[in-house]
Amino acid sequence: MRLNEHPVLRFERGREVTIYFEGQPIKAYEGETIATALHAAGIRVLNYSPNKKRPRGLFCAIGKCSSCLMVVNGIPNVRSCITLVEDGMRIERQHGRSRLPTKAKPPEFKDAKVVKADIIVIGGGPAGLMAAIHASRAGAKVVLIDENPRLGGQLVKQTHKFFGKREQFAGVRGVEIAKILEKELRKSENAEVFLETSAVGIFQEGEEKLVLAVRKERELIEFRGRAVIVATGAMERMIPFENNDLPGVYGAGAIQTLMNTYGVKPGDRVLIVGAGNVGLILAYQLIQAGVEVKAIVEAMPKVGGYFVHAAKVRRLGVPILTRHTILRAEGREKVERAVVAQLDENWMPITGTEKTFEVDVIALAVGLRPSIELLHQAGCQIKFVRELGGHVAVRDGWMETTVRGIFVAGDSAGIEEATTAMLEGKIAGIAAALRLGIADESWVEEIEKAQRDLDEFRSGPFGRRVAEGIRKALLGGVAGE
Amino acid sequence: MAGKTIVCRCNDVTVEEIEALIDSGVTDIEEIKRLLRVGMGPCQGRTCIPIVISILARKTGKKPEEIAPPKARVPVRPVRVEVIVGGADE
Repeated sequence: MRLNEHPVLRFERGREVTIYFEGQPIKAYEGETIATALHAAGIRVLNYSPNKKRPRGLFCAIGKCSSCLMVVNGIPNVRSCITLVEDGMRIERQHGRSRLPTKAKPPEFKDAKVVKADIIVIGGGPAGLMAAIHASRAGAKVVLIDENPRLGGQLVKQTHKFFGKREQFAGVRGVEIAKILEKELRKSENAEVFLETSAVGIFQEGEEKLVLAVRKERELIEFRGRAVIVATGAMERMIPFENNDLPGVYGAGAIQTLMNTYGVKPGDRVLIVGAGNVGLILAYQLIQAGVEVKAIVEAMPKVGGYFVHAAKVRRLGVPILTRHTILRAEGREKVERAVVAQLDENWMPITGTEKTFEVDVIALAVGLRPSIELLHQAGCQIKFVRELGGHVAVRDGWMETTVRGIFVAGDSAGIEEATTAMLEGKIAGIAAALRLGIADESWVEEIEKAQRDLDEFRSGPFGRRVAEGIRKALLGGVAGE
Repeated sequence: MAGKTIVCRCNDVTVEEIEALIDSGVTDIEEIKRLLRVGMGPCQGRTCIPIVISILARKTGKKPEEIAPPKARVPVRPVRVEVIVGGADE
């Protein structure tokens, strides 16, 4: 199941280690996650659900959906998709909820570690990296935290070359952009990075912002600063259909993580749901990795993504069934088949049009929604904007939300592209430094330049819809539909 | 395995269960959350809430814009108790 040859990617694996799954030794490599190593060994079922005892596996693969919880070294509820393997680790499937220990010592109070900075950036994807780079260049002391084991966010699995201008990395693959940005940030003496660190709350204490975070699930850290930039990205959308929780039903991004970041084949035969750009690019990437794509189904009458991507996929022999939807997944402990059907004008399946595909993976490429939990919890005004993928934080042109000192950038501000996420990150980073009185006025020009670049990028047919959404999300902007 | 359409993975809540509750007259998302525990599991609603909002919109004729998501609270993701209160096992 491991990929050793790939037309675009080279997989650098760490030292070989042994982990134990339900007592059985399994070969793994340092630097990969538990779920990755188990998947490479053919293990799809990671836990059984609490009430209905249903088998569950990966879904989002970036630590958000909690479908991958396992018992690791005796500790339950470990997110196996973002926890790295360690030599000798003991891993068991979790069966429902774990019982609390019957005997426990009263805990000893201990002060949390405190890390101080001017600006705290949450999220190390394209938006967060650019925010941190520019805030530190503008003179601010910056701390960037991310719950994943590596920086780059979703860039680390983008094998395609970017569009746009040269300064926006046109012609460079996403995975390379991640490396360039990380190198740039690591050069700064003003910036510090905390990986495997989850932010769990944002508080105001006097003039200070406090971001409460947990590193490696065991160390509490208080990040204290005067501004916070939330760049927490997005979450894969799930859709309702029969057995939509069967292991093997994966978010498109999860498949990219397995295949492009860790070099593990997601399966042998795939049905993709959704013919937007993500679904189309995923089909191409699967074929590059030697996986058969049986078909792409799309509920809309037309393909949603760029024509060039659709044409490429069709040339490779993948049928795109528009006006079709998935009815159900079938299989005992994991996906063995997918049943699809044609839709009528009222979006109802037409009896007699069912088709069955023998697949072991169903990829859901049905869109993303902004990850706004921290913004919502911190009291930022939230608004539903369909064009931006769901609920987003209301903000001004400098990406500051309705809570002073809390900024937002990237997909967590509205679903768009990595290129626009980088521009928004740059704006938020500089704006935070300006509003704290750290950066001098000459930096305003840089913000205006980035705003012009954003407008230009959004002037195309796809961008116009987003631009309409942004107008609704702007402070004092147009009312919702 | 019996066919089920799952909305909330964390607490195993199905489309049918949510629809039945709405049919019984409960149309407030905070009440649906408390009665069925959607959005109260380890993922804190990251997967299920958009689906709950769309079911609620379809059943009540409201627009999704009119349905506010349930309140988000600290901690926004699971944290081991001993991390917060201290503890001496390490």
